[in-house]
Amino acid sequence: MPGAIYAEGLVKTFGKVRALDGVDLDVPEGTVLGLLGPNGAGKTTAVRCLTTLLRPDRGRAVVAGIDVLEKPNEVRRSIGLSGQFAAVDEYLTGRENLQMVGRLYQMRGRDAKARAVELLEQFGLADAADRPARTYSGGMRRRLDLAAALVVSPPVMFMDEPTTGLDPRNRQQLWEVIKQLVSGGTTLLLTTQYLEEADHLAHDICVVDHGRVIARGTSDELKARTGGERVEVVVHDRGHVAAAAGVLRGFGTGDTGVDEHTRRLTVPVTGGARLLAEVIRELDARGIEIDDIGLRRPTLDDVFISLTGHAAETRDGTGEDDGTGRDDATGGSGRTAGAGGSGQDDRAAAGVRGRRTKEAAQ
Amino acid sequence: MSSVIHPVPTAPPGNALVQSVRDSLVVAQRNLIRMSRIPEVILFGLLQPVMFVVLFSYVFGGSMQIGGSTSAADYRNFLIAGVFAQTVTFATAGAGAGIADDMHKGLVDRFRSLPMARGAVLTGRTLADLVQTALTLLVLAVVALLVGWRVGSHGDTNAGKVVAAFALLLLVGYAFTWIGALIGLSVRTPEAATSGGLIWLFPVTFISNAFVDAGNMTPWLRHIAEWNPFSAVVQACRILFGNPGVSQSDAWPMAHPVWASLIYSVVIILVFRTLAVRKYRSAA
Repeated sequence: MPGAIYAEGLVKTFGKVRALDGVDLDVPEGTVLGLLGPNGAGKTTAVRCLTTLLRPDRGRAVVAGIDVLEKPNEVRRSIGLSGQFAAVDEYLTGRENLQMVGRLYQMRGRDAKARAVELLEQFGLADAADRPARTYSGGMRRRLDLAAALVVSPPVMFMDEPTTGLDPRNRQQLWEVIKQLVSGGTTLLLTTQYLEEADHLAHDICVVDHGRVIARGTSDELKARTGGERVEVVVHDRGHVAAAAGVLRGFGTGDTGVDEHTRRLTVPVTGGARLLAEVIRELDARGIEIDDIGLRRPTLDDVFISLTGHAAETRDGTGEDDGTGRDDATGGSGRTAGAGGSGQDDRAAAGVRGRRTKEAAQ
Repeated sequence: MSSVIHPVPTAPPGNALVQSVRDSLVVAQRNLIRMSRIPEVILFGLLQPVMFVVLFSYVFGGSMQIGGSTSAADYRNFLIAGVFAQTVTFATAGAGAGIADDMHKGLVDRFRSLPMARGAVLTGRTLADLVQTALTLLVLAVVALLVGWRVGSHGDTNAGKVVAAFALLLLVGYAFTWIGALIGLSVRTPEAATSGGLIWLFPVTFISNAFVDAGNMTPWLRHIAEWNPFSAVVQACRILFGNPGVSQSDAWPMAHPVWASLIYSVVIILVFRTLAVRKYRSAA
């Protein structure tokens, strides 16, 4: 029984570029799949194929139990799409935008009206309901766009980089909205370049590069594949780097990485916080002054780099402060690690597809 | 958050034609609301033909010979049908720019992901342009009357014929907006759609009988002018308005201008609507 979103061998070429090179997806009902990858990886093309906007050259796709290529119009009744750009008419008010979309979903006039009121309320746009959308802030426009995608409460939602270009506060707000949506049982496919976003929202993650899925699994599985915990130290004095490396070797379970220039050392460990305390005592005993020390679990950044050989950098450079934060000991290394949350982890575990990772042919 | 997910009643997917009309009207309404909130576009759309009426009639009026007469008043009566026809065809650029803008802003993606009639986004836009064109014609007619245009100045006419002339103008204008729709879908930016939507209209409207007597052109140019669909509607209007300068040419569109205008319009709509809707469905 395929999931709410199912794709098999999707191929789409534009001229000589293979935007999709045989993508398989299977998203169980009620879960969130994060499609993660750098610009040009094929994320948007995949979404466009699944939402009937683009016809794949090869492959099969079934959304909400309906064949996308055979019955596109029936698929359209069951999906909501929120794109990279807030696709709202900027000269129409928020209310008019939602009413229009409702009527084009074939709702009756008064139902579309009532639903618009409901959504404006729910998305915190009631006060701005009768202002043209061009007077809205970026965050408000995105919320309006998302509301438009939810007019008929579709069982399957697609969001293509829903928070790209938003400031951190608006991103946080939108995440809350998305979490509430998903808790209501909607199946969601979300593309993002922000590793932190996938970590926060997705049960399963597919890493895409060059039109292929190069890894899939839960956030924790992907991290586990990359390696376990590490202790990371930044010493104050360059002269102490060698001594610190000696200390770390004593605690580590593998090679110690040393970066002379940044005075940063990392070593894989087991033993968690207790071990970290021992490392600190030992460094202190030898008079090695440290600027920073932390227990670090691999972030999705690490996963990405180890899989693709390059970081998931963004075009506009905003990714730097949006990538998974490098947590220090005091800040709680658990933020990244624990982001999956207990409840989410259970669902994620249930949603593991048991597929083998396909390695990209480099 | 129980309110997030609950079924919303949607009307049963009735008859395809009914849905198509309904969706087109929803989109037309959207475009009309939009136009009403950008009044400067309507204003400039009005100023341009008004300027043509005033400039042509006063600058060229004294040196033009129409049907043997050199009177500026006769030239004005001759000119107005041409400016009316030019005005309705210039709506093409607006339609193209509007659709290109929707593509650019991602609205076309939204529409294409909705379970709506396939041609409705384009039909809605062209219908809204038709309404705008009608308003522009109304204002232009008032200006024309102010500068001395009179129906029946050189021939028989009546209210029915005048209404028929305006209806024909609107039909031709509507047909031309479908060419604009195709241009709008084919270019990358709204700016390109505006200039691309206008540039070809200059030869179409000038190699015609709109501003000068086509009979004075070199033969090959005259043939083009006489078979130009644009000339047919101008000729038809001059006859229906009872204005001077009706071409005596025996080229078929000049001899049967009303029929020619109708046939040209229907063919343009059929061809360009088909192409535009196909293009819209595969818009990437």
